[in-house]
Amino acid sequence: MSTIALPKVEPLDPIRPKRRGLSPWQVWGVALLAPYILVFAVFVVYPVAYGFWLARDPQSYVRLFDDPVFAGAVVNTLVFLIIGINVKMLVALFLSGFFVNTRPWIKWLSILFILPWAVPSIPTILSVRFMLNPEWGLVNQVIFRLTAADGPNWLNDRWLALTMAILVHVWKSLPFWTMILIAGRLTIPPELYEAASVDGASKWQKFRFVTWPSLATLYLTSTILSMIWTLGDFNSVYLLTGGGPADLTHVLATLGIRYLRLDQVDLAMATIVVAMPFVLPLMYFMMKRLSK
Amino acid sequence: MMRGAVDEAKLLLIGIPVAIWTLLPIYHMFLFSISSKEEAFSGKAWPDHPTLRNFGVVFREQHYFLNHFWQQFANSLLIAVAVGVLTLAVAATAAFAISRLRTRGGRVVLNCALFTYFIPAAFLAVPMYKAMGAYSLLNSKWSLILAMVTIASPYAIWVLKQASDRLPYELDEAARIDGASPLQLFRLVYLPLMAPSLVAVGTYALLLAWNEYLYAFLLLSRDQDITLPVALGHFLSADDSPWELLMTAGLVYALPPAAIYYAFKRYMVAGLTTGAVKS
Repeated sequence: MSTIALPKVEPLDPIRPKRRGLSPWQVWGVALLAPYILVFAVFVVYPVAYGFWLARDPQSYVRLFDDPVFAGAVVNTLVFLIIGINVKMLVALFLSGFFVNTRPWIKWLSILFILPWAVPSIPTILSVRFMLNPEWGLVNQVIFRLTAADGPNWLNDRWLALTMAILVHVWKSLPFWTMILIAGRLTIPPELYEAASVDGASKWQKFRFVTWPSLATLYLTSTILSMIWTLGDFNSVYLLTGGGPADLTHVLATLGIRYLRLDQVDLAMATIVVAMPFVLPLMYFMMKRLSK
Repeated sequence: MMRGAVDEAKLLLIGIPVAIWTLLPIYHMFLFSISSKEEAFSGKAWPDHPTLRNFGVVFREQHYFLNHFWQQFANSLLIAVAVGVLTLAVAATAAFAISRLRTRGGRVVLNCALFTYFIPAAFLAVPMYKAMGAYSLLNSKWSLILAMVTIASPYAIWVLKQASDRLPYELDEAARIDGASPLQLFRLVYLPLMAPSLVAVGTYALLLAWNEYLYAFLLLSRDQDITLPVALGHFLSADDSPWELLMTAGLVYALPPAAIYYAFKRYMVAGLTTGAVKS
């Protein structure tokens, strides 16, 4: 998948004059880095520092932990991460095996399959929202026609609504992770599979002893990155359920914004600070991975 | 022969549900856009009288929720293009300094960028909103543009740095021996060779900004300032919303990024997806 692969050649050290201070090349380097450093300082360092300062009062945390919506959001977030992401990644792993089949119709299907990732999430989430409308939505009309019974009020029950939000999230991001795992599978040398066939390996054995060992690292990295992204996924919950019914389907991402909109900035920041012990190890893991 | 048919059937057994799952919400949106309100709400798989009337209503802004449709479309476009251009400028220079000039401290800057990339988006939104307030930028398009540049540039820098590392350094040396200045090296060697990655990164930033909901929803509020996704979200504020118009406007909003995505798919897949997780 990599575009160009040329042998790595160490660069000549920039021609550095003997005198002290920066060479003109280094001065240019700093000047060219400056725009990003400025962006980082003004829109990351300052906001984050300011945010932590806003969350300095221990009383904020007492109030946060007293809010039942917070406890519910923590549970929902964990369900989202543990069940939602693992289901998504397992399906992506399975589908990546399906899409490496080289039949023309599968090639066409793979082009369609990327659509949820290629189109903006807002209109499609709203489309799903109406499909789940208890009276007029497509889903319940189909249920009614098939069974002559009314379908459930999908978004009016905590667990049903949360499940639907997870499904929306899976719908949107499944193509991306499938593409990543397809790319991973395509780097496995076909000779390995041929050798396994010669040895009479079953399909499962080929997966267990050829595919999985090559994909495991990529799969783990993808899962961790997906966790980080999912923690920041505001749209799937907010636009489908709005956090309802009765604020029962909030996740940490939507809860922080809810407090912000209610002008309780200290609680909004406290929500994020409380999540940090969990988020920072994930971020650390990903930074280690990518900065190798 | 028999085995082949069985295999094909097995694949179809996977492929058909995948196709339905993938297309249903999008088809549903399309269905609403060509249906009158009554037909849209009737649960039919295809309307008896397909109509393009909804598009006329949207394009002529003939509904309360659509009063500023073209203005909002233009806002989305302007912001997306500005984010694409600014992200490219910030990221291309930073990646050049880190990868080609080997600027001291480049490693630290790269790690700062990666750190930003891995902050969950909704978590950064809260402090970003407060900071934009402190800078008196709220309700200005600049707040959203700068916020999106902040979010898009880390990944852009990382991708460009990876791509730049793969260019042979002999080119730089040759240029340097010929007496090229750093700026000439940037303009005459680096930019032309990096063109495919630059296209990928510019498209990435542009689409990210066009598709963004949360930051747009927080940072902009006046009807004539907001972007299209925020305007679509406003439809939810009424109980009797014209869903057929919402889906029509949504389709109009969703088509350009999808078209761009498919047009640049070659670059996007090679340049971006592998970069995301491959180490």
